[in-house]
Amino acid sequence: MSASPKARPERLITDIASLRARFPALDQQVHGKRLVYLDNAASSQCPDVVLETMLEQQSRNHANVHRGVHALSQRATDAYEGAREKVRAYLNASGVDEIVFTRGTTESINLVASSLGGSLLEPGDEVLITQMEHHSNIIPWQLVCERTGARLVPAPITDRGEIDLDAFEKLLNERTRIVAVAHVSNALGTVNPVERIVELAHRAGAYVLVDGAQAMAHMRVDVQALDCDFYAFSGHKMFAPTGIGVLYAKRALLERMPPYQGGGEMILTVSFEKTVYNALPYKFEAGTPNITGAVALGAAVDFLSTIDFDALAAHEHRLLDYATEKVLALGAHVIGTAESKAGVLSFVLDRVHAHDVGTIVDSEGVAIRTGHHCAMPVMERFGVPATARASFALYNNADDVDRLILGLKRALEIFA
Amino acid sequence: MNELRDLYREVILDHNRSPRNFGEIDGADRVVEGVNPLCGDRLTLYLKLDENRIDDIKFKGSGCAISMASSSLMTERVKGATVEESLSLFEKVHEMLAGQGNAIDELDKLAALSGVREFPTRVKCASLAWHALKSALSGTDDRVSTE
Repeated sequence: MSASPKARPERLITDIASLRARFPALDQQVHGKRLVYLDNAASSQCPDVVLETMLEQQSRNHANVHRGVHALSQRATDAYEGAREKVRAYLNASGVDEIVFTRGTTESINLVASSLGGSLLEPGDEVLITQMEHHSNIIPWQLVCERTGARLVPAPITDRGEIDLDAFEKLLNERTRIVAVAHVSNALGTVNPVERIVELAHRAGAYVLVDGAQAMAHMRVDVQALDCDFYAFSGHKMFAPTGIGVLYAKRALLERMPPYQGGGEMILTVSFEKTVYNALPYKFEAGTPNITGAVALGAAVDFLSTIDFDALAAHEHRLLDYATEKVLALGAHVIGTAESKAGVLSFVLDRVHAHDVGTIVDSEGVAIRTGHHCAMPVMERFGVPATARASFALYNNADDVDRLILGLKRALEIFA
Repeated sequence: MNELRDLYREVILDHNRSPRNFGEIDGADRVVEGVNPLCGDRLTLYLKLDENRIDDIKFKGSGCAISMASSSLMTERVKGATVEESLSLFEKVHEMLAGQGNAIDELDKLAALSGVREFPTRVKCASLAWHALKSALSGTDDRVSTE
């Protein structure tokens, strides 16, 4: 197997601005203007290496994995398993058997809710989440609670958009079996103190799932240091394509959990009387996986491994501060003013509805997200029907912010 | 940016700023809620019918300029109209928003909504109120969604 990760480059890239040239999608015009892409929390663009890897994989090595004795199947298997090892190394998981490829964060969470939740939860048990969760970290738990008679408990958030840790701690009790919390909020940008949450939850005897969808493009995650039981994320929010994601889970838990879906790949032997399940992680990968997606995710992980994340964080914070200052100067209200934030700026303008803001800035070539961001309880909490959200990635710069501000000025002009 | 000016015409901006028939009707004969899940637009439509005629119509809710203006323009237009006239108007507006038909001349002020045709993602904003009206008049559903 070509499983060994690429040697760490001697010098990490600190010149974050130089990375922009690596993203071909950014080099285009929209409505006659240079594209400004500020919808990275929804989906980020792919760098050249990821695109080249996909083309190479699909044009040279396409075959099914773990099934054939022929050369292409072997190559596909090596590439697929090589990607799993890259992800393992990147997350510092203790083994590749703890890395399950999924369709994305949503499927990862559904897997845990259904498999662990379905076998563990009893009537009266509690699943503790927070008010700031994305719908994908609410509904899977709601479904399993309905099925098992357990109760879904949302911990409150403060006016700044931070988890109220005192309230959270009080809500933890001996009935709390599972805690599920976002690492970074997609609607508010809040970076949650997940280390502390894991510690508190474990002390209460609960398992912890961290939804890392919004974290992976902004910070390095070490699952052993974090000590979470599950960590879920999507490739397409960290410079890989859609349709591929990861569930990291502690081995001991995966061993005990029943399969999530049945099919090929996840079995050792099948008869009509009895099926013996495959070893980890294959027990949880029924059917032919998204091979090219996984290999592309491996390339994205390689790409991220070349970057100095301290420099990246500094770059993104400068950008966020600059953008925040600029939208405040226009009289906007910022939703989500946590002490610790990743590159998300959610805001509302008094005179212009978010949806109109979205259309008007789009006509200026600027892509942002508008709406409830799949976090309706967050909108409810802050008493707004929708917000406009600019979300940053490593390739954004101050010019992008200036263009957003121009678009917002145009919106204010039209709605003067 | 002529398309943008065409979308946000003065009539639209005016009805967004000061929506007509905004509020509730006590003892309404029909109450229908409309939601646009994509952007969170939400409106409630209240109708008072006098036999076959819309005696009074009001709406409340929150949404973008297009959905607010469309609701406002609609209530202004169908107040006093018969059920048949209103349903026929629904069809004409629907065609206009879909970029079909040539009934624009008959629509008068409602033609101001035609700017959304250049913005496919915004058609639902304009049609939400109309779907709620159709549902209220046919009495089928008390909740409509544009999805």
